[in-house]
Amino acid sequence: MAELTRSEVAYVAKLARLTLSDEELDLFTVQLGKILIHAQDMSALDLSELLPTAHPFGLVNVLRADEVRPSLDRDVVLAEAPDAHEGRFAVPRILGEAP
Amino acid sequence: MTTALSIARDVNAGERSASSVLAASLAIVAARNEELNVFLHVDHEGATAMAAAVDERVAQGLNAGPLAGVPIAIKDNMCQTGIPTTCSSRILDGWRPPYNATVIDRLIAAGAVPVGKTNLDEFAMGSSTETSAFGPTRNPLDPTRVPGGSSGGSAAAVAAGMTPLSLGSDTGGSIRQPAALCGVVGMKPTYGLVSRYGLIAFASSLDQIGPFAATVTDSALLLEVIAGHDPRDTTSLPEPSPVLVAHVNDGVAGKRIGLVRELVEGADEDVVNAVNSAAEALRAAGATIVELSIPELRLGLSAYYLIAPAEASSNLARYDGVRFGLRVNGDDVTAMMEATRTAGFGAEVKRRIMLGTYALSAGYFDAYYGQALKVRTLMIDAFRRAYDHVDLLLGATTPSVAFAFGAKSHDPMAMYLSDVFTIPTNLAGEAAISVPFATGEAGLPIGVQILGPGRSEAQLFAAARVLEIADGRP
Amino acid sequence: MTLANGWEMVIGLEVHTELLTKSKLFCACENHFGSEPNTNTCPVCLGLPGSLPVLNEVAVDMAMRIGIALHCTIAPSTFHRKNYFYPDQSKDYQISQYDLPINSGGYLDLPDGTRISIERAHMEEDTGKSTHVGGSGRLAGASSSLVDYNRCGVPLVEIVSGPDIRSALQARAYAAELRGILIATGASDGRLEEGSMRFDANVSVRKANEAFGTRCEIKNLNSLRSLQRAIDYEALRQIKVLEAGGSIRQETRHWDENLGETSTLRVKEDADDYRYFREPDLVDLAPSDAWQVAVREALPPMPAARRTGLLAHIPEPTGPERDAVDVVVDLDLDDYALGAIAGGIAPALAIARASNEVAAGIENRANLSVDAFTATLTMEQSGALSATQAKTVLGDILESGGSPEEKAAQRGYEQLSLDSLATTVATFIEQNPDEWNRYREGDEKLAQFFIGLVMKATKGQANGKAVIAELQRRR
Repeated sequence: MAELTRSEVAYVAKLARLTLSDEELDLFTVQLGKILIHAQDMSALDLSELLPTAHPFGLVNVLRADEVRPSLDRDVVLAEAPDAHEGRFAVPRILGEAP
Repeated sequence: MTTALSIARDVNAGERSASSVLAASLAIVAARNEELNVFLHVDHEGATAMAAAVDERVAQGLNAGPLAGVPIAIKDNMCQTGIPTTCSSRILDGWRPPYNATVIDRLIAAGAVPVGKTNLDEFAMGSSTETSAFGPTRNPLDPTRVPGGSSGGSAAAVAAGMTPLSLGSDTGGSIRQPAALCGVVGMKPTYGLVSRYGLIAFASSLDQIGPFAATVTDSALLLEVIAGHDPRDTTSLPEPSPVLVAHVNDGVAGKRIGLVRELVEGADEDVVNAVNSAAEALRAAGATIVELSIPELRLGLSAYYLIAPAEASSNLARYDGVRFGLRVNGDDVTAMMEATRTAGFGAEVKRRIMLGTYALSAGYFDAYYGQALKVRTLMIDAFRRAYDHVDLLLGATTPSVAFAFGAKSHDPMAMYLSDVFTIPTNLAGEAAISVPFATGEAGLPIGVQILGPGRSEAQLFAAARVLEIADGRP
Repeated sequence: MTLANGWEMVIGLEVHTELLTKSKLFCACENHFGSEPNTNTCPVCLGLPGSLPVLNEVAVDMAMRIGIALHCTIAPSTFHRKNYFYPDQSKDYQISQYDLPINSGGYLDLPDGTRISIERAHMEEDTGKSTHVGGSGRLAGASSSLVDYNRCGVPLVEIVSGPDIRSALQARAYAAELRGILIATGASDGRLEEGSMRFDANVSVRKANEAFGTRCEIKNLNSLRSLQRAIDYEALRQIKVLEAGGSIRQETRHWDENLGETSTLRVKEDADDYRYFREPDLVDLAPSDAWQVAVREALPPMPAARRTGLLAHIPEPTGPERDAVDVVVDLDLDDYALGAIAGGIAPALAIARASNEVAAGIENRANLSVDAFTATLTMEQSGALSATQAKTVLGDILESGGSPEEKAAQRGYEQLSLDSLATTVATFIEQNPDEWNRYREGDEKLAQFFIGLVMKATKGQANGKAVIAELQRRR
C-alpha cells in the first residue's frame, strides 16, 4: 500500500475542518503513517468471503411509534448557544450552498 | 470505605443517613482531589439535595432503592442536566447539558447520589488520562504513575476511597485497563446491555458504559441498576436488566475456562504469573482450565484503530462552534469551524479524527474501514468457535502494571498497545471483567481479565468473585 | 421547445418530499411547518452530544407507500451517514440511505404514456433552515446567518429518476404527476410553496444518439414553472457553450427566477467526499412481507387510475372533458364527481360542475357535502333549477353550507310549475307559427328561439331543459 503523503494529510485536515501547522503536518504524516503500516497486516488478508458485521446480536427493525413528545424549551436550547439572535443560532456568514 | 451494598442496606434501614455518607465521601474528595485530580467538577449542591431526598424517603418509611445513599462518581462524558460536562476537552469547557443520560436517571431512581464528574482522556481517547485538557489524574496507589485510561478519574475515585462506585465507559478497554492499574473491579458489559443515550459518543459501535467498584458484588449491584432496554437507544438489547447480584456466589464448578495465549503474550512477567495463578485458583474452585489459541485476536489492534477513529471522526464533527461549546470566531462559518476545532481539540483527538477521516475517505474506504469491518466478523466468528468449547476465557487485562507519566505518551503506537488484550471484546460486542489479582512490580496491582460471550455477565461476576476470594478479599 | 441543430436535452430529476408524520424521523419533536424558530427541537435533532436516533415507524410506512405507488421493489435497507460540515446540519452529518435504499427499480408513467424510470426512493432526514442577514438576504453578500432547527430531522423521501426525460415540458409533467401521486399516497401534501416538496434537475445536452454530455445540477427549484424555465434556460446555455467550442464544467447551479438564468453555485471538481459509512446508531430495516402487503392494500387509487376511472364514464371524451377530469383528480374532487354519478347524475355534468364550481370554492369544500352536491345537480338535471341557478346554488352552499333547497329558496328561485310553463310555451307557439312549423319539421335550432322567449318572459327562472321537453312534447 502506498505511503501516506503530506498532501494527503493536508487534504484530510481540510475535510475534518482542522488547521495544522507545518510541524503538525509533518508529525502527523509520520505518526499516521506508522499506524497505517500496522493496518497492512489486515489488508494482506483475503476476506472477500466475509460480510461486514452489522449489529453483533442481529438487532433489526427497531422502530418507535409516531408520537409527539414535548420539545426542549427554546430558552434552554439557546442558553448554551455561543451566539443567538431572534430565537435563532447566529453564525458568521456562510460561503457556498449546502451540498 | 464500606461497600455500596452495606451503605444501601444501612441507609434503607435508617441506621445511616445518606447525608452523612455523602459528607464522608466529600471529605475524602476534598482531602485528595487537588493532588490526584480525580474530579473535574464536584456537585456539592446537587448531591446534597439528592442525599436529603433519599433521607426523606427513608423517613417516610419508603425503600429508597438498591443504591440508597451511595455516592457515585460519573465519568465526564455522560450528560447530567445542568452539570458541566466537558469530556475533558476545551471544546466543551463550560457546556451544561439540558438532559440526563439514561444511566443517570436510573441511578437517581435507585437512590444513588451522583457526586461529580471525573477526569478522562479527552473524548475517551487514550489509555492513561494524560490527554485530558485539564491535567492528568494520578494513580492513588502511586501518584507518580498513571491511573490508566480513558476512565482514569472514575477508577481512581474508587481506588482512593472517594466513592464506593463510579461509572466509566469502555470502547477499547477504557474501564478494564484503568481498573487493572488502580486495583479495582471494572467491567465492560455486552454491547447494548447499558443504554448509550446521554453517553457522549466516541465510537458508537464499540462504546459501552460500565461499573467500577471495589468489590465484585458492588459491581454487579451497580450494573443491575443501569442495565436493561432503553427505547431511546436503538442499539440497546431488548430485554430488561438481568439478575446479577443473586449469582455472584455461584462459583465456577464445572465451568470450562480457556486460558488464551494471545491474551498474555507480550505481557510483563509479573502479569503472566498473575494470570497463571488466577488459572490455578479457578481450577481449585472446580473449573477446568483449557489452553487455547485464538490467533485472530492479533488483528484486533489494527481493526480497532481504523474502526474507532472512523466513527469518532464522524461523531466529533458536531463540535463546530455553532450550537454549543467553544466558539473561536472567523470571517466566515467555515473559518470559524476550523478555528474552533483547532483550538478546542487536543493532539490525540486531532490525530484520531485525521486517521478516521482518512480511513473513510474516497478511494481508501475498502482498503481500510471496509476491511476492518470484515476483520471484525472474523473475530466474532473466532470467539464463537472458542465458546463452542469453553464457557469463559481468561487472560491479562493489560501488559503491565501502572506506568509512569510520560512513559508512553511520546509515541501513539506505544500507548495503543496497552489495549491489545481488551480491544477484541469491544470488537465482538461481548462482555469482560477485570478483577484485581496479585500484585506486581513495586507492589502495584494487576488485573486479571475474564471474558464471556454476549449476555454472560452473571458468569463473569461469579468467576471474578472466585478470584476475589482467592486473592484474600472475601 | 424543440432544440435546433439536432441537439437533445437529457434530464434526470431528484425530488425531495417531506413526509406527513406527526413527529420527526428520529425523535419525537413535532413535524410542523411555521412554528416559532427552534421551538420543535430536542437533544436528538439538535445533535447535542450523547443524543441518539430512533426510527419513526410511520415514516417507514409512508416511504413504502411511495415505493409501491412508484412500482419499486422494497428491499431490506440500511442507513448511512453522509458526512459534511454545514451549519444547518446539526450533527454535521446527515442520516440517509446509500447503497441499500428501501425502494428501488420503479417507474412513473406520464399521462401521455411515456414511462420514466425511478432509480430509487430512499429515506433521509431534512436539515434546518438558515436565513441570511445583511446584503440582499440571499446567501451571497450576507454578513451572518441565523439558523432554525425546527425542520432539522423532518423525514424526507428522495425520489431519483433515471436520465429519461427529454424536454422541460416533460420534466414538468413528471413533476406534476409525481406530486399527484405523492399526495394520493397520503405521505405528502405537495406544498411546493412551503418547501415540503423540492426539485433538483440534472441537465445535460447531446447530439441525438451520442453519449451523455456533462451534466449540471440545478438545485432547489420550488415551482413547476421555475422547473420548466430553468431547464429550458440551462439546456440552451449548454448548447451555446458547446457550439462556441467550449466545454461544460460539472457544477451545481442556482436558478434566479427574476433574472431568468442559472449561475454557478459550486464547482463539482471540489466534489465533497462524504465518507459514507453505515450508521452505527441504527439497525437494519427489513419490513416484513405482512407489513408490505398491508401497505399495498391500504394504498388508495393513484391519479392515473382515478383519471381512467372517471373517463370510463364518458364515451369518447372531448379535449375539454379530459381537462375537466384532470382538474377533478388534481384537486382531489373525485368524491363529488363519483358520488353524483352514483346518484344518477349524467357523468359529463357531474364532472363539469366538480371541476368548475366546486373547484372555484375549494377552500370551503367542507361546507359542501357530496350529498348536497348530488342533490343540487339532481335539481338541475330534472329542470327544477337552470344551469345558472345550479351554479349559483353551489357557490352559495360552498360559502355558508346548507341544502340546495334552502339556498334556492333564499335566492327566490321558484320552481315554475310545469303547468304554467306549458301555458307560457303554448302562448309563444301561438304567437310564432312560422318558427313553430320549422321546428316541427326538424329545425332543432329553433328550440333556442322559443327558449329565449320563455326565459325573457320568466326572467330567467325557467329551466331550459324543461322548455325543450315541453316543445318536444308539443311536437
